Amino acid sequence: MINSLIQGILLGGYYAVIACGLSFMFSVMRIINLAHGSLAVAAAYGLWLLAAKAGIPPFAGLLIVLPVMAAIGWLLQRFILERSARGGTLLPILTTFGLSIVIDNLLFEQFGADTRSLAPFIGNLSYASWQLPGHIFVGKLAVMMMVTAVLVVGALQFFLSRFALGRAIRATAEDPDTAGLVGIDARRVNAVATAITMVTIGIAGAFLGMRATFSPYAGGPQLLFAFETAVIGGAGSLWGTLAGGIVLGLAQSLGAQLHPQGFLIGGHAVFLLVLFVRLSRFGMPQLDKLGAFLNFRARLRSPT
Amino acid sequence: MTFVSNGISIERWTRASRLALGSMAAVLALLALAPAVLGAGAIDRLTALFIYVILAAMWNALAGFGGLVSVGQQVFFGLGAYFTIRLADAGLDPFVSVFAAAIVTGALSIPLSLFMLRLKGGEFAIGMWVVAELAHLLVNLDRLIQGETGTSLISLNLYDSGMRRATIYWLALASMAALLGALFMLMRSRAGAAMQAIRDNEEAATSVGVRVTATKRLLFVLAAFGIAIAGGLWLATATTFQPKTYFSVQWTAYMIFMVLVGGIGKFEGAILGAILFFVIETVFGGAGVWYLIGLGATALIFSLYLPRGLWGEIERRFDFQLLPVGYRLKLPGPTKIKWKE
Repeated sequence: MINSLIQGILLGGYYAVIACGLSFMFSVMRIINLAHGSLAVAAAYGLWLLAAKAGIPPFAGLLIVLPVMAAIGWLLQRFILERSARGGTLLPILTTFGLSIVIDNLLFEQFGADTRSLAPFIGNLSYASWQLPGHIFVGKLAVMMMVTAVLVVGALQFFLSRFALGRAIRATAEDPDTAGLVGIDARRVNAVATAITMVTIGIAGAFLGMRATFSPYAGGPQLLFAFETAVIGGAGSLWGTLAGGIVLGLAQSLGAQLHPQGFLIGGHAVFLLVLFVRLSRFGMPQLDKLGAFLNFRARLRSPT
Repeated sequence: MTFVSNGISIERWTRASRLALGSMAAVLALLALAPAVLGAGAIDRLTALFIYVILAAMWNALAGFGGLVSVGQQVFFGLGAYFTIRLADAGLDPFVSVFAAAIVTGALSIPLSLFMLRLKGGEFAIGMWVVAELAHLLVNLDRLIQGETGTSLISLNLYDSGMRRATIYWLALASMAALLGALFMLMRSRAGAAMQAIRDNEEAATSVGVRVTATKRLLFVLAAFGIAIAGGLWLATATTFQPKTYFSVQWTAYMIFMVLVGGIGKFEGAILGAILFFVIETVFGGAGVWYLIGLGATALIFSLYLPRGLWGEIERRFDFQLLPVGYRLKLPGPTKIKWKE
């Protein structure tokens, strides 16, 4: 029981990494990217390809995949998201959904239905663990994911509050027109924000591939997990994402204890419960509160 | 035709639209006679077409008129089929079950709408997807369904195959005609004006006293009911129920494709889109994965470069409406006529 609680909490690290990109993009550009999960799966396939075909181990492969992801993010913003965002709020949903279908099926065309994993390429990391008193085993990979989640979230927050570019992103998120008046190039800022998001998606893809198996159509579930995490954790800061990830991970591991299908049911049920409580108390969607809080926190901290 | 002032008038019926409605009625009457002439294969394909038209029209009602893009509409398709199985298992006639199941699904969508409709934009879209996933998992728990193994609508075997095929065909045709008719009447009613006001500008609509949530709920429930009928009819043609197939997000992908290509928010657009999808599927369906990649890419390109869809472009270029749900302002002289929707 305690063991599954710990596993659930650590699983939250993965969810936090994949969710922080989704809410970061939403808070800056007001776009919920429905291809988010598919892009993470594509990154996992990229790492798998490097490892299986070119003999480059996944951690070294990240040095190649992450810059590529950033570049794809830049292009994605310039050629697809920017254009669709001009058409109002409905169009980006349709555009990114179309994009996810294209990515999923291209992956299927290229790699077939077989499930893959990065686990064979990372030595014993996928199953190595530390033993705690009371016959509790804590996976090294799971701890690493949690540490990475804290680092990614912390770095993102630090970047937004301490760097000029980070402040420009916040200003654009708050009010693109006024930001433009003071000389901030919103197009460039949005492209940078998408590139940063894609780097976090790349990291999430690496974890997805290391901790489990993945297949071409795994993107949808990853999007749902990311979205659930962001909504559950929408309490305020990026750290809320971490909390949301932990709650989701806990709900899933406890669900799995109760019933073979309980893993997913538990997660979805907690998501709907949080949504229900939140809507009945506040009556408004919470995902965008992240952006508002980011700005508020940063304003308190930075002298500008 | 109402005269407002000197030479300016407002009209909704034009000669073209009267002609369109008349020829639609004629086409429906001809289609009703089809089982007497056409072979089994053709009847099955036409049944699929009618189901596609229902799906496209219902998704268009929600997204195009209500401004609610859902990526989880497969939940109603799946539930429609599931409740059909359940009710038939309880002893109800399978054909009656299809419609009873749609009523059950529509009723379930009312409490669901209470909190889903408070979500906005992408949150509503993905929220519905989560609901679909959860419904899929819960249906899998039902012992009758046996998880992903699924089950069959056995009681259909009471009818002989020719009779069965024709009955499903007529039911699909009648459902399509009834749902399109109901949507058309609804859009031209007071509620329809409210819906189109919401679509154009929700805040402005609220400010002139439109009951936004109640209007959206009406569309949400109608779409749930219609898509559930489509799910039940699909089950009747396929007879086997596998949760994975019916709760697949692919159904929503098809709906989005049809509406986006045909013209989102255009009554004629959804019908045109469904016919196009049907033709594309018939020609390229065998191409497997590349066919799906093509569908996704087409949806992507239309949303970026032709967001009005084919019908929207036809309407804009030729000032042409067949089934007008809005009003038309007619100015005297050679002034360009403007459609007020």
